[in-house]
Amino acid sequence: MAAPLALHLEFGGGAELLFDGVKNHHVTLPGQSDPWDMKQLLAWIRGNMLKERPELFIQGDTVRPGILVLINDADWELMGELEYQLQDQDNVVFISTLHGDKCLTQELKGAVGERSPDPRGRQ
Amino acid sequence: MCQVDEEYNGLENIQEKTPVPTLNKKCVKCKEETAVLIIRVSDAFCRSCFKEYFIHKFRAMLGKNRVIFPQEKVLLAVSGGSASCAMLSQVQEGLSRDAPKKLRFVPGIIYIDEGGACGLSSDERQRSVTQLKKIFTETGFPYFIVCLEQVFSLPTSVLVPRTSDPDRSDASYKEAVDEFIREKQEVTSGVDQLGLDDSACSPEHTLSLHRLFSSIQTLTAKEDMLHTLRQHLILHTARVNGYSKVMMGDSCSRLAVKLLGNMALGRGAALASDTGFSDARYGDVVIVRPMRDYSSKEIVFYSRMFHVPSVFIPSLDTKTPNKASMQRLTESFVTNLQSDFPSTVSTIYRTSEKLHTALPQQSQEPASKCLLCLCAIDTNVDEASAFHATLVSERLSRIKPQESSDGLNAARCCGEGQGCVSTGSCSYNRSLLYEDLKTLLCYSCRLTVKDVEVVNTLPPYITTEAEKRETRSRMKMQISEYLLDDDDDEE
Repeated sequence: MAAPLALHLEFGGGAELLFDGVKNHHVTLPGQSDPWDMKQLLAWIRGNMLKERPELFIQGDTVRPGILVLINDADWELMGELEYQLQDQDNVVFISTLHGDKCLTQELKGAVGERSPDPRGRQ
Repeated sequence: MCQVDEEYNGLENIQEKTPVPTLNKKCVKCKEETAVLIIRVSDAFCRSCFKEYFIHKFRAMLGKNRVIFPQEKVLLAVSGGSASCAMLSQVQEGLSRDAPKKLRFVPGIIYIDEGGACGLSSDERQRSVTQLKKIFTETGFPYFIVCLEQVFSLPTSVLVPRTSDPDRSDASYKEAVDEFIREKQEVTSGVDQLGLDDSACSPEHTLSLHRLFSSIQTLTAKEDMLHTLRQHLILHTARVNGYSKVMMGDSCSRLAVKLLGNMALGRGAALASDTGFSDARYGDVVIVRPMRDYSSKEIVFYSRMFHVPSVFIPSLDTKTPNKASMQRLTESFVTNLQSDFPSTVSTIYRTSEKLHTALPQQSQEPASKCLLCLCAIDTNVDEASAFHATLVSERLSRIKPQESSDGLNAARCCGEGQGCVSTGSCSYNRSLLYEDLKTLLCYSCRLTVKDVEVVNTLPPYITTEAEKRETRSRMKMQISEYLLDDDDDEE
C-alpha cells in the first residue's frame, strides 16, 4: 500500500479559469497499491477538482490538445506522457495555449453567477 | 482515408507516436546536458541550448528580413499574452547586448484595453492594466495604454493609406547600418518614462462601444470588427507618435490558424499581408511579425523557464466553445489536427511563407482600397465571376424587394465642402445603411458589416469617410463624360 502522494499543481494561460481562478494547488492523492501515473491523475482531477466543463480540459484519456503539461519543469513528452509515474512532491504544470480559452471567463461567469476569482487558496 | 475506423486509429497510433523515450534523454545539440523539452517532433533540447536557440531565432528573423533600420522607432503591440510578452523580452534582451551585435532600434510599447468590448468590469480592467503597467515600467521603454473606446475619437485619415518612403531598399539598409556603426551612436532607451495612460475613457464612449458590439449579430463578425478597430487604433497611435514600424506578436500556431480562418472568412486575396512577415498596406507604417517562426509550445516553455511575466486577459465571450465563431472553429480544428499530425502547423507556415504581396499599384487613391481593412477591393469584378453569382442568389432569395431605400437615396446630401450633388437646398438626416457601405468594402468586410444591425453604431470616422467616398464616386459618375480617361492621357 503506497503512501499518499503530495503534489503541487499549477494552472496557467487561462486554464486556471476552470479551477476558480486559482493557479496554485497543493493536493494529496490517496495511497493505493499501484503507483499513481499521469492518466490516473487526470482522472482524479476530472473527478475532484474540475467543477464544470471537463471537456475544455480533458479529452478522452489525455489533456485537450493545446494544453501543455510540464512535470518538474520538463516537457512531459520526455517523461513518458501518460505513463509517467508520479513521485512525492512532484510539480505538475498545465498551461493552455489556446486563444479560445480566454472566452471561458464569460461562459463560466454566466454559469457560476458573476463570481470573481477567489484569491484565497482552495483546498 | 478520412474514415472513423477502429483499424485506422490503431494504425495511426503506431505510425505517429514515437516510442516512449526514457528519462535522461540527452540534448541533441550539446549532447551533454539532460533535455528538458521537445521541439518540433523529436528534437530534445536542454535548457541553455533552448535559450540560445530561442534568442537566435528572433535575431535571425529580424536579420533575414531587413526592414528595420537603425535608430528607427518601432512600436511593440503587446496584448499581455505569452507571445507578445516573449517578444517584449526578446527585444529587451537584444537591446541590452554589447554593440555591434546589439539590436538597433528605438522601441515603444502599446497596449489596447479591450475590456469595454469584452464586457469586463472596470475593476477587472484596472487590475489588468496595473499588472501590465508594472511589467512595462520594468522594461524602461515608453508605453501607451489606450482603451478601445478611443476609436470614437479617431480621425478619418486612419482609413487613408499614405505613401511610404521609397528609399528603403536592401542597399540602403547596408549603408544605414555601416553609417550607424561608424558613428557609434548609443540607443537612448528608457530615459523618458512616457507612460501615456489614457485611463480617462469617457463613459459615453464605453456606451457607444457597447452599443456597437451588441448590434453585431455573430461572434465571427464581432471578432473581426474588434481586430479591425484594434489595428486602426494601433496605426493611429504609431502615426501620431512618429513610429514607422509596429511589431505584432503573432506566433506560428496563431498564424496558421489565422491563415485558414481568413480563407474561410473570405480574405484569401489578402493572405500575404495578413500573415506575412511585413504588412505594408498602410503605407507609412509597416507591420512586422518577428514571432512568426515560434510555435506556441516554444513560447510557453520559454516564458515558463525564464520567468517572462505575462498577464492573462479574457477576450470576447462565447456560448458554445468550439462552434461559436469561425476563428474559434478553425483554431480547434488546427490544434486537434496538430496533436495527431505534428507537422500540420509547420506545413501551413511554410505554405504561407511562399505567399508574396504583389507590388503596390501606382494609383494610391483611397477609393480603390477597402474602407475597413485597406486591402484592394476584390468586388469590382465582372458578371462571369463567382462573386457575381452570390449576389444574384442573394437578390433572388430576398423575400420582398427593397424599394424604400431607393426613395430615400434621392433625398440625401453630402458633407459640407465636398460639393452638393442635388441642386438647391439639401437636408441630410438619413441614417447610413449597409447598402451604402457595400460598394466601399472588400468581400469579407462586407460580410462583417452585414452582421451589424445598426450601421450607425460604427465609429464616426468610418461613417464619415464612407459618406465622403460615396459622394465622391457619385459625383464622378455624374461628371464622368467630362472626365479625361487615363488612357486618353497617355497619347
